[in-house]
Amino acid sequence: MSATDTDIDVDVDQSRMKISDEIAIQITGMHKWYGSFHVLKDINLTVNQGERIVVCGPSGSGKSTLIRCINRLEEHQQGQILVDNVELTNDLKNIDTVRREVGMVFQHFNLFPHLTVLENCTLAPIWVRKMPKAEAEEIGMRFLETVRIPEQADKFPGQLSGGQQQRVAIARSLCMNPRIMLFDEPTSALDPEMIKEVLEVMIHLAEEGMTMICVTHEMGFARKVANRVIFMDAGEIVEQNEPEEFFNNPKSDRTQLFLSQILSH
Amino acid sequence: MSTQDYGVTEPVFTPKPDLPPPASTVGVIGWVRNNLVPDWFNGAMTVVALLALYMVIPPIVNWALFDAHFVGDSRKACKPNVQIVRDKVATKGIMPDGTTLDVETTADRIVVPEGVIPNVRWERKMVEGVVRAKGREYAKVVVEKDVIIEGACWVFVGVRFDQFIYGFYPKEERWRPTVVIGIGLLLIIYMLTDGMPHRGRVAMFLLIPFPVIAFFMFSGGVLGMPHVDNAKWGGLVLTIIISSVAITGALPLGVALALGRRSQMPIIRWFCVLVIEFFRSVPMITILFMALVVLPLFLPPGTTFDQLLRVLIGVTIFIAAYTAEVVRGGLQALPKGQYEAADALGLGYWKMMRLIILPQALRIMIPAIVSLFIGIFKDTTLVQIVGLNDLLTMVQLAVTDAQWIGLSKEGYFFCGFVFFVFCFSMSRYSMYLERKLHTGH
Ligand SMILES: Nc1ncnc2c1ncn2[C@@H]1O[C@H](COP(=O)(O)OP(=O)(O)O)[C@@H](O)[C@H]1O
Ligand SMILES: [Mg+2]
Repeated sequence: MSATDTDIDVDVDQSRMKISDEIAIQITGMHKWYGSFHVLKDINLTVNQGERIVVCGPSGSGKSTLIRCINRLEEHQQGQILVDNVELTNDLKNIDTVRREVGMVFQHFNLFPHLTVLENCTLAPIWVRKMPKAEAEEIGMRFLETVRIPEQADKFPGQLSGGQQQRVAIARSLCMNPRIMLFDEPTSALDPEMIKEVLEVMIHLAEEGMTMICVTHEMGFARKVANRVIFMDAGEIVEQNEPEEFFNNPKSDRTQLFLSQILSH
Repeated sequence: MSTQDYGVTEPVFTPKPDLPPPASTVGVIGWVRNNLVPDWFNGAMTVVALLALYMVIPPIVNWALFDAHFVGDSRKACKPNVQIVRDKVATKGIMPDGTTLDVETTADRIVVPEGVIPNVRWERKMVEGVVRAKGREYAKVVVEKDVIIEGACWVFVGVRFDQFIYGFYPKEERWRPTVVIGIGLLLIIYMLTDGMPHRGRVAMFLLIPFPVIAFFMFSGGVLGMPHVDNAKWGGLVLTIIISSVAITGALPLGVALALGRRSQMPIIRWFCVLVIEFFRSVPMITILFMALVVLPLFLPPGTTFDQLLRVLIGVTIFIAAYTAEVVRGGLQALPKGQYEAADALGLGYWKMMRLIILPQALRIMIPAIVSLFIGIFKDTTLVQIVGLNDLLTMVQLAVTDAQWIGLSKEGYFFCGFVFFVFCFSMSRYSMYLERKLHTGH
């Protein structure tokens, strides 16, 4: 387990990040199995619009599986997941609706290598949202500016550094105008000097009021940006708290052990 | 880092100059050293290979080019117009006990009649013979002989050329296949050339409207073009028709079968597995016979179902089954993340396949698909089994023609050459693509 604590020398103003009463995601009594392997156990989680949640925990504890259930990349077998009041079932229409509202950023970027950076960004708006090409390109360029690489628009992903690719991946998700963003270890495949540029983009998103669930071991990021930190172990949510409390006063001994392991680096 | 702080002077760093590599590793000498004689074993192999080439290449080139007959319109053009004269020659024979003795032998001598330019080359050879008398070897003699060196009779191929190309397609109508195949070839080259505008549209044109236009051009019966029954189609044109129909049909069908094999729906999956595995485990000849004999059993009695069409359907499905397995390999080679990213963007199955997965998978698979196509092009020769007159069949018909008997070498050489040109260009193209895929994105 390696936790990095990248210095983020931007002032993060949490007071600007408004949390509304509106519920974005509601998970109740959710279980998931891979075959006979019980990977998620009785997950209950409510996320309000505008919350920034960091999920941490040992490898294999089910963090990825949990956030992948939220946009139905994985199917749960018991319990209920509501995203913007749409329940995730086998109903393909609901799945489509949810996927339009939820953006996802992967550890390995998963950009489309045969398309240019701009085409990566405009693909979904054009084909899913049926947007005219010119408009999609305008939006694509706007979000490439947000992630600060408009000059790379015509390159192919393979020509960019890892940090740049991850920022393109974020821009690609933003082009669909999602209300919720999921991040699955967005910086753990990156070299240290690139982690910062990605985290800065994520902070910018948080300041804009984006609802975010972020699996990461960047504890500096968690302290500055998250309003809630969730600790998972063995498929359960063991503990959740505000970052200050979570890091300074972990309640369960499993959390304490985990924190002592990752912070001792 | 400042040196003053420490009070010591660090030596100034000067990078070493770039040196050229040793002469023995570059240039012609380097190449020969590295590739032809890196050690004694490989050196010996090089010598053996060069010797083999020396023994094989000159006779073939002499036969096919230098001693060959090109002009004329009948077999006579290839007959050497010379006379062979026998001379009496006194030779020495060697007796079994080693003593010599004078014998009279004959020698063949080639004489060119006056005023005739010989289109023939001969070589003087010494042939050993024995003189026998009363059942026992009497003496060894050496006889001189002039031997005519035979060259290829390309006159034969020239005379039969039109049949090799067009089969029994009527003479006055042969411009039709020529035009169709010419345009098709140009369009394919255009489609495969990098950087040409609207390549996708040309590809779509080749895939859908072009085969229909081609069919009417071949078959006629419209726009004042007389109808030509497809029993008369033949030769290289038929070979091209069968292989290009099989290729254009097998590609989409193969993709569909591959996607079906990976489908979540069991019925579709089982059906596709059945088709793929069945057609892959049966030889093509069997498929052809089945298309001929078994297919009509499934049709209402009395329906006449075109022979060529049956063969085309059989061959297309056969190739599609192989294509499907290649495509499946390409699909599996794509990282799971590509599917997940497309899913997360809400693209849905068909758009994901069309925009993300297939463009990448097909790119990976092009070399494998091309070699499959090379295979089909050659396998079309099997259609003669069911009575279609492809290029090879036309050649075989020609070499058994009494007028041209004994010229099968020329016929098969030509046939092989045509196949080589087609297959070698496909193979080169696929190698070029492979290189491009390695360096590009
Ligand atoms: N597709 C799968 N099939 C079977 N087991 C899986 C699959 N994906 C993940 N797992 C298992 O589920 C557990 C949780 O995985 P994951 O959610 O990726 O953990 P984390 O992201 O916290 O490291 C692990 O033990 C992993 O081996
Ligand atoms: Mg994970």
